[in-house]
Amino acid sequence: MRGSSFQLMALAAQARYVGCVSTAVIKTDGLTKRFPRVTALDRLTVEVQPGVVGLVGSNGAGKSTLIKILLGLAPATSGTGRVLGLDIGTQGPEIRERVGYMPEHDCLPPDVSATEFVVHMARMAGLPAAAARERTADTLRHVGLYEERYRPMGGYSTGMKQRVKLAQALVHDPKLVLLDEPTNGLDPAGRDEMLALIRRVHTDFGISVLVTTHLLGELERTCDHLVVIDGGKLLRSSSTASFTEATALLAVEVTDHPEDTALDSGTAVRERLAAAGLSVTLDGSRVLLVRLEGDDTYDAIRDTVAELGLGLVRLEQRRHRVAELFGTEATEATEADDDTGSTGSTDGTDSADHTKGGAEDAS
Amino acid sequence: MPPETRPADTGVIHDIGYRGYAGPRLGRAYATRSLFTQSLRAAYGLGRSGKSKVLPMLVLGVLTVPAVIMVAIALATHRSELPLDYPRYLSAFGLIVSIFLASQAPVLLSRDLRYHTVPLYFSRPITRGDYVRAKFAAMVSAQFLLMAVPLLVLYIGALLGRLDFGHNTGHFLFGLVTALLYALVPTSVALVIAAATPRRGFGVAGIMGYLAISTVVVAILTRIGTGIELTVPDSAQWAALLSPNDLVESLTNQLFDVGGGGDRLHAPGAFGVAVFIAAVIAMVSGSYGLLLRRYSSV
Repeated sequence: MRGSSFQLMALAAQARYVGCVSTAVIKTDGLTKRFPRVTALDRLTVEVQPGVVGLVGSNGAGKSTLIKILLGLAPATSGTGRVLGLDIGTQGPEIRERVGYMPEHDCLPPDVSATEFVVHMARMAGLPAAAARERTADTLRHVGLYEERYRPMGGYSTGMKQRVKLAQALVHDPKLVLLDEPTNGLDPAGRDEMLALIRRVHTDFGISVLVTTHLLGELERTCDHLVVIDGGKLLRSSSTASFTEATALLAVEVTDHPEDTALDSGTAVRERLAAAGLSVTLDGSRVLLVRLEGDDTYDAIRDTVAELGLGLVRLEQRRHRVAELFGTEATEATEADDDTGSTGSTDGTDSADHTKGGAEDAS
Repeated sequence: MPPETRPADTGVIHDIGYRGYAGPRLGRAYATRSLFTQSLRAAYGLGRSGKSKVLPMLVLGVLTVPAVIMVAIALATHRSELPLDYPRYLSAFGLIVSIFLASQAPVLLSRDLRYHTVPLYFSRPITRGDYVRAKFAAMVSAQFLLMAVPLLVLYIGALLGRLDFGHNTGHFLFGLVTALLYALVPTSVALVIAAATPRRGFGVAGIMGYLAISTVVVAILTRIGTGIELTVPDSAQWAALLSPNDLVESLTNQLFDVGGGGDRLHAPGAFGVAVFIAAVIAMVSGSYGLLLRRYSSV
């Protein structure tokens, strides 16, 4: 009797230890959400570490559904998940007390002042009245709202409204904020300010951020880590740096032949380079992508173009932009479906074969 | 540390950096109470723009001033009774109470739908059931307060005028029960209508329309049932089941033996009282159930 209870205690202690060691703020395992007609999330297994993490996907990729499930607002069809170590199926209220949420759509009543509204939302998060007022003043100042906070929000600009929405998500000092398309509707300057603010939420406030967007470019500068989903499936989860690393590709574009108009210059160059043992694909209608083997690849291209008597319009090293992901990786994901389903949280940085994506673009 | 402790003449704003919050988090029940308080205040326009205070305060005034006048008359003419009994006062001014309900129920529910604040609430500790509970309780309390204030004026006036203490206390309590029923039955139906539309105007029109039309229908049916008789026969009294306001009036008239005149509505007999009470319960709990269902999918 005594021995077994001791064993139990040891087990419990071990469980607690394991719980502490796992630092992931969000962890899902085979999370699936099916609606009568669509599957919004399909066996999504992903782990999000503290920091600024971008959740990238086109409209309808399942981002909003994922956020709803993470907040414990909608039950998952199958699979499990934890937010800040709390179970999404059973500990919804506890999660929502510790997590901030900034919705994508407008959510501000126009005839109420920002102060009044944020104080109310702080109390809705469980803060006593005095603390709610103090935190509201602090938070509104941190997001850059000053005298205007006493005016009804109906007269605010989009940028100011976005700041109030961010403030209400931060006012109860959460451990994690979920920001749904925070740059929507902002002009370029406003977008930069919002992104800088999001960065500060982590660096200065120490709050982890999960930010969704369908505009990929802006996240490259803001996030430490990117999670890409499409059609409810995980495409890739890895550090931002590995997404944008220089790839060994040269983009080549040539002019038409000055006299021989019948000559398809692109094809001619392509055939010659291929004959020289280089891997060449067509990107779009005119740009050739040549795999960079070494410095002599440059020479080979230069010589080929010169021999054909063509002009060189473009010769540049291609950086792998996040934006290319949807063109190339979607096809890979379907092929490597089982793989992403089970080991999605592992790094997907292994160099993807981009030439294939290019080839499919061309066909 | 309050900022006043710093020298005020430096003119420098010190950025004290981000401070976390280590204080208590009071959880779901507290958040639900906060939503209740905020909604109750909002029903009277408090915490909102000056414009939104006009109508609720006007209605409260229109409902209370006659009570003050009645008390003044009763005191001046040394009458032994108030001109209008407590429950009767509420029936007489039913239209004013309905106007308050029709205008303010959408303030509590339609606005949150219109401005998409509802999902924001559900991202906080409260559940959907908590939201419905807080809003329901807030509107019922707002309605009850609206009616309790003039009743209190009448009662205090009666005591000051040294009218019969026992009679007045008893009927004041009858009045409060009547007020509670008025605050429950029409209100619950009105909240269902308000929750159905994000447009405040539609909500107001829908509630006012429902309350007015159902009352007119009851009036027509009882008139047909009465025919050439001088008083409404018991068989025609059942029509009152169709209208929330008439249902409450009939039930309380019978329960507290108040009201008079040929067109007096009352629940017919003991069986009638039982049926009318059942109707009250069905209407309130049914509406509450509909509200829960309405918000389960938001």
